[in-house]
Amino acid sequence: MQIAVVVNGEEHVRDVEPRLLLVHFLREDLGLTGTHWGCDTSNCGVCVVHLDGVPVKSCTVLAVMADGREVRTVEGLARGADLDPVQRGFIACHGLQCGFCTPGMLMTARWLLDHDPDPSTEDIRAALSGQLCRCTGYENIVRSVRWAAENGSEAAS
Amino acid sequence: MTNTPTGFGRMTRKEDARFVRGRGTYVDDVRLPGTLHAAVLRSPLAHARITAIDTRAAEAHPKVRVVITGAVLADRGLAWMPTLSGDVQAVLATDKVRFQGQEVAFVIADDPYSARDALALVDVDYDPLPPVVDARTALDPDAPVIRDDREGRRDNHIFDWEAGDAAATDRVFAGAAVVVAQDVLYPRVHPAPLETCAVIADHDVVTGKLTVWATTQAPHAHRTLLATITGIPEHRIRVVSPDVGGGFGNKVPIYPAYVCAVAGSMLTGRPVKWTEDRSENLMATTFARDYHMHGEIASTVDGKILALRVRVLADHGAFNGTAQPSKYPAGFFHIVTGSYDLEAAHCSVTGVYTNKAPGGVAYACSFRVAEASFLVERLVDLLALELDVDPAELRMRNLLRPEQFPYTCSTGWEYDSGDYPRALALLLETAGYRELRAEQARRRELGEHLGIGLSFFTEAVGAGPRKHMDIVGLGMADGAELRVHPTGKAVLRISVQSQGQGHETTFAQIVAHELGIGPDDVDVVHGDTDATPFGLGTYGSRSTPVSGAAASMAARKVRERARIVASAMLEVSPDDLEWSPGRWSVRGDPTAGKSITEIAAAAHSDLDLPDGVEGQLDASCVYNPPNLTFPFGAYLCVVEVDPGTGQVVVRRFVAVDDCGVRINPSIVEGQVHGGLADGIGVALMELIAFDPDGNHLGGSFMDYLLPTAVDCPSWELAETVTPSPHHPLGAKGIGECATVGSPAAVVNAVMDALRPFGVRHADMPLTPAAVWRAIQGRPLRGDLAID
Ligand code: FES
Ligand code: FES
Repeated sequence: MQIAVVVNGEEHVRDVEPRLLLVHFLREDLGLTGTHWGCDTSNCGVCVVHLDGVPVKSCTVLAVMADGREVRTVEGLARGADLDPVQRGFIACHGLQCGFCTPGMLMTARWLLDHDPDPSTEDIRAALSGQLCRCTGYENIVRSVRWAAENGSEAAS
Repeated sequence: MTNTPTGFGRMTRKEDARFVRGRGTYVDDVRLPGTLHAAVLRSPLAHARITAIDTRAAEAHPKVRVVITGAVLADRGLAWMPTLSGDVQAVLATDKVRFQGQEVAFVIADDPYSARDALALVDVDYDPLPPVVDARTALDPDAPVIRDDREGRRDNHIFDWEAGDAAATDRVFAGAAVVVAQDVLYPRVHPAPLETCAVIADHDVVTGKLTVWATTQAPHAHRTLLATITGIPEHRIRVVSPDVGGGFGNKVPIYPAYVCAVAGSMLTGRPVKWTEDRSENLMATTFARDYHMHGEIASTVDGKILALRVRVLADHGAFNGTAQPSKYPAGFFHIVTGSYDLEAAHCSVTGVYTNKAPGGVAYACSFRVAEASFLVERLVDLLALELDVDPAELRMRNLLRPEQFPYTCSTGWEYDSGDYPRALALLLETAGYRELRAEQARRRELGEHLGIGLSFFTEAVGAGPRKHMDIVGLGMADGAELRVHPTGKAVLRISVQSQGQGHETTFAQIVAHELGIGPDDVDVVHGDTDATPFGLGTYGSRSTPVSGAAASMAARKVRERARIVASAMLEVSPDDLEWSPGRWSVRGDPTAGKSITEIAAAAHSDLDLPDGVEGQLDASCVYNPPNLTFPFGAYLCVVEVDPGTGQVVVRRFVAVDDCGVRINPSIVEGQVHGGLADGIGVALMELIAFDPDGNHLGGSFMDYLLPTAVDCPSWELAETVTPSPHHPLGAKGIGECATVGSPAAVVNAVMDALRPFGVRHADMPLTPAAVWRAIQGRPLRGDLAID
């Protein structure tokens, strides 16, 4: 099937198998390997991207479902050299270790701050509760998102 | 946070710039032209004889290139491979399958979806055999023999091993006023890093060079093992471990699919890539723990702990593949005496085969210190209950005292340094222990169930001294090579491999500290065997204790070399120079001196060097640790239990860690945070269970639960610093401390909450069902789906 998807502001027209998952489309067809894959059951959240502005688990979306829609991945978070505040927050607060969960965490954090510029730590934990991190014990992730809230909730875009 | 001139201190991580942009390079991100993709066909049964494998339909699939079976490998002598514990493991099953999920065939196709599709076209006939699922029946006379591949084998026994003085221990027990005993199961769990295992094998038929991109914590050890297994000469093998998405021990072994990928690349002449899925990771790669322990603790009536006696039945699965370096089959388990001053101790461990995946040592356990720590801390709490003494008070009375170090425990370890009472006192103060107990009493009167749990642990890390430790004959040394360029910028090449620990930052800080330059002026190269010195890799919290020491010693050699060059520059004797960070200057005249940058330039210049001195400043070091290092800590957990549902909520977790000198405190704290979350996971939810037929019941994140952000409290940390006397930086290592120490604090807290119900003990994981059943007086056997 032919699909046309706008990814990080750029349109891509591709012929894909109907069963192709969006995560594989991004990684294999477009080479955007910042979006990761980590489970078979929609539990881990390392694959989270924005689909028309809403965080989705891209392992649970077919590429054809993104036809005619806009996708934003971690590669589309920074503006050139200007990192998004959530990216700066994760660096400042040691919010990542192996970095594998990080892209998904960043995308959900960005969405959260877009909708609630001043979330409490409980709000942050609840927003991230559908995503796993095996390294950080979450504490510094929560602090990173708070840092972003306090240091410019305006996204770079 | 900015870079500190001394090198040590909080600084942001160098590696984060790429990770937050989605520009890390994990194995699955590597794209080589012409790559083929593989999928593994796995056994649906726990124990069965293979009577036939028909691959014709799969081979007829238009996109399938090759189907590899055990028979194909057997022709090349590759059907079996050595494990890290002196056993052999099937690469692809030839005779029998021995656990559900075992590798049976390897299908290579043009793309990953086609490889997956073709798995359904491979037809395997199985003749089912009765499985051994419960380790406690593995040695029954009528138990089916799992390893009939081994000549003359008639049972499922792997080893018997013991440490300590049995007779002396029995004597102390015979005379003891109080003895408390408990069966404690540390169930099978899984490290489950978020990145699953993956490999790309690329064999060049022209040069004979094999390049293997793999998710490995030990690239050099993998290179040597691959040479041994495949017969490819070692100088023609390059192992690259790029960014690794978490390891926790899961990425130490060589897995069958890695060998299949190498064979596949040799057969097809193309790179072959394999990335496992989550259920493969949980079902077939190395699990952790699975220790059935019986512990006894002896004391006087006033609570002086005298002795410990422990018997263990260890479930090693179908192949003995524990990835641990010691010459002891139970790893470091005999550190079971923990942090206490005992008169005698004895432990014995029996290892058995079962029809389950191989492994055992993984998940940040420090080679079974996790099991040992958990057991002794449960026993101390049970003793406190028996004596009706406060568990903090009982611990304080029995902890080793600072003047006893270095201390040799009754099972033979020599603890390097410690001030245990100071750590426990700091914990109680930080947590507000007295107030917590008062709150607990008040709330009990209201019918609310608050529990307070303590644990104190001694870790043993930094493996290790070569007379006791090796992996398949490879001593546990690690190397570092330091190059100082003419402009004074440095590159450090190390043998250990980060899986998130932040080596690019910590190791740059070590060099910066030693040479007095900025950490940004040092880059760290790791994870490529062609570009780094040999060493055994990162696990068992050994990077800073071993490779960190090597980096520091290499930098000190550079400094000494710089001194000689500076003496030629300043025309004074080297003995007249003194070091201040970044600079050699004439003793008594600090203005007459040369910075390390100036010296580096001179070392590459036409300067006349003293006789016998080569140019340049580069140096290397191989570090052989003289002993392990022994970090320690004191933890406290506060839980609330709802007796109606059995639900446990962790309210607080306070952790005091002492890992000696901290190079980057932010990174150290991050390591502790991660380990504390592991403790909540292991204590409350993580479990690899099996049904009576040996079916794996934890094969996805729907069934194998990991803690989320809402399951974890905001960690409260404090620290003491007791330097290691034998490490050049005084550092001890931290990676696994919290994983080792925290489960006991959580379980002790839940048991404390359940005290009004008369519950003494319940096995992990303390799921709502397990807690509820314990309250009803009918404890659950969680490891088997058997009531
Ligand atoms: S890959 Fe795990 S939720 Fe998408
Ligand atoms: S940083 Fe490793 S999984 Fe989150």
